[in-house]
This record gives sequence, C-alpha cells and structure tokens, in this order.
Amino acid sequence: MSEAINVGEQTFEKVVLQSEIPVLVDFWAAWCGPCRMVAPVLDEIAKEHEGKIRIVKVNVDEEPALAAQYRITSIPAMKVFKGGEEVRELIGAMPKQMIEEQLEGIL
Amino acid sequence: MHQIIIIGSGPAGLTAGIYAARAGLEPVLFASSVEPGGELMNTTDVENFPGFPEGVQGPELMEKIQAQAERFGTKVEYADVTALDLDGAVKRVTTADGAVHEAKALVFATGSAYRKLGIADEDRLSGHGVSWCATCDGFFFREKTIAVIGGGDSAMEEATFLTRFASKVYVIHRRDSLKASKIMQQRAFDNEKIEFIWNAEVTAIHGETEATGVALRDTVTGETRDLALDGVFIAIGNDPRTHLVHGKVDLTADGTIAVEGRSSKTSVAGVFAAGDVVDPSYRQAITAAGSGTVAALDAEHYLVALEDK
Repeated sequence: MSEAINVGEQTFEKVVLQSEIPVLVDFWAAWCGPCRMVAPVLDEIAKEHEGKIRIVKVNVDEEPALAAQYRITSIPAMKVFKGGEEVRELIGAMPKQMIEEQLEGIL
Repeated sequence: MHQIIIIGSGPAGLTAGIYAARAGLEPVLFASSVEPGGELMNTTDVENFPGFPEGVQGPELMEKIQAQAERFGTKVEYADVTALDLDGAVKRVTTADGAVHEAKALVFATGSAYRKLGIADEDRLSGHGVSWCATCDGFFFREKTIAVIGGGDSAMEEATFLTRFASKVYVIHRRDSLKASKIMQQRAFDNEKIEFIWNAEVTAIHGETEATGVALRDTVTGETRDLALDGVFIAIGNDPRTHLVHGKVDLTADGTIAVEGRSSKTSVAGVFAAGDVVDPSYRQAITAAGSGTVAALDAEHYLVALEDK
C-alpha cells in the first residue's frame, strides 16, 4: 500500500525526533478511507524530495499511546518534526499541491 | 476532443458514467484526488439502497458502482478540476496539473460539502476535538463524552455509530423535533448512551488547543449554558459544491444548480447537472443515481442533435 515505514513507541525517538532531516509523521489507520487516499500522495512527495524530508507512518490502532501523546483526534493527521520539534501540522486528506504548499519552507 | 466529460465520482457521476459508456460515448470521469466516491465513502451501513437486502457498506457500494461504470468503458481519472470554460460549443475542463480537457458535453455532479456552523472556533479546533466525520474520528473518543450537532439522518447515524466508542453522546438540535427518518430517530431514542438536548444552538466551542465543551443558547428562552465535552461532531447538513460554476450557470435560491423542469439541463447548452448539486430536498444515493441517469440521457440526446445539425 505505502512505501513509508511504520514507526512505534520504541522507534519514534530515534527515527523521528533525532532525525537529521525533517520527518513527516502520517498518523493513520486501516479503516480510514481518506488515509488510504493520502498515502500514495505522500509516497510521491517522499520520492520527489528525497533527502529533504522523510515520511514515516504511525498506525494509531497499534500505537494508541503515541496517538494520545500527540493528541490525535482526527486522521489522517500529518505532523512534521524538525530537530525534535513539531513545526507543522496538516489535518485531513488533501490534494498533493495543497500538501506541498503547507510544507513550504521545509521541502 | 471527448464526447462527454463527467465531473464527480459519487452515485450521480458514476451512474451517468454507466449510461454514457453504454451509449458508446466513451466518457471521461474526473474524480477528486483525495475524496473520490463522494459522501458514501464516509458512511458505514447503507440499508436503503435497493438490491442489497442485507445492507451494504458505503465504500463497497461505491466500488461496485465504479466497477460497473468502468466495465462499459468509463475512464476514471483521479484529478482535481480547478477551472471550467463553458462558453461556446466546446467545454474546457482544467485539472490541477494544468492540463485542459475538451468535450462537447459536460455532466456536473460534484455533490455537496459539509455545512459549517459558521463560528470561528470550528476551524480553529478542527482536528482537535471538532470533527465532521464520525466514521473517521469516532475511534479517538473511546469512553469519552461527545456531542453530535444536528437533527437529520446523518446526525442520527453519526450519534448511533459513535456510541460504539463514546460513553455518552449528546445530540444537540435547534428545534424540538427531528428531521431524520422515523427508523433513524427510533434507533437513536432507544440508545441508552444518547441524550437529546432540544432547542439548543451552539454559539461557541470552548478550548485553547482542543475542544473542551460548547456554549449553548436555548432557542426558546434565550438562556445560555456551557456543556463540557471531549469532542464535537458537526452534522448540520451539506451545501451544494458549486464554486466551479459560480457566475457561469444559473443557481437556485437554495444555492443548487438550476435545471430545466425534470431534466438535467442547466442554463448553459451542453452542460448538465446531477445529484446533490441540483437537489436541495432528497439527497439520497438512489435519487443521485437516478439523477445521473437523467443527465447521461439528456447529454446523449444533446450530442445526437449536434450531429444532426
């Protein structure tokens, strides 16, 4: 379905917070229709901007603690972390162009 | 140049696709890149679509209708339409990638979008306890206290669905009776987790970074009070999605696209409209599908008449 790796509680710190480059975390679930639509769009963005941003996923079903910690109440929710800080938040599925606009300054 | 372009991939657009394809018109159908399939994609059990005595899941129904349209040659493209040029005999459709697609006839079936309450807090707290989609977000409100705002079928469906997760679901409605169908009402009335708050208007949603409650105003007495909540689901209806045709085709006082009599003919020759975007009153999957049929048949007649000229 998607090429992005899943991160969990164990790996979040290392993969996301300590990353050298910005990381977009896609909070998703298998039962979420809009999440399925946005996943391939994120894959494209990851491919086109390789080296500038990394895209990873958190399955909220499997990682309820992370979902709660980041106060997710709506998915898809995409949070961008840079230097361990949350710098951007995108909520809901949106066209590629809109996602890229929201990521301006990062890509 | 195409014979016909259909914009929209809900029951209206795809059914127009089935008919247009079977008429040999080789339709091209533009579906939203992120929310194809329309409103039924956010619906769980569809129990009133004929032919499914056991009911069917909304997304599954849309998948089947799309497969049926594609079986006869409808070409479904996932691209967002950004502009329309409806002047003249050739209709031009611009998609987000900048490409311009031409057709002799156009079926406009863009459906409707969630209506907003119109208070500043809802955008600010959207995704932070304020939601328009119970099936998407209900999961996050396990054992929480939430409210559904609205009194129609979709509000009842959302409230009933949300009791799977929430410990308590208030239904906040501006009137003292519901617009919802009897069966949906009864289901909600029978549900122990659901409590109705009648004659109440939401004037504000509280919360700094996430929703913590709402301010209510009694529509009869004018009395105001606060209700503490963990989440707010807004289901107060839908507005026709007409922004692409503003100033290009005539609209009705309801904001829907005006069509001639029982047909799908808009004020512009060669442009036909179907589904929720023309329908202020019924707005069912089956009426949208029927409306899509009408549009495809009208377009077919129009194209035949063009040939004869």
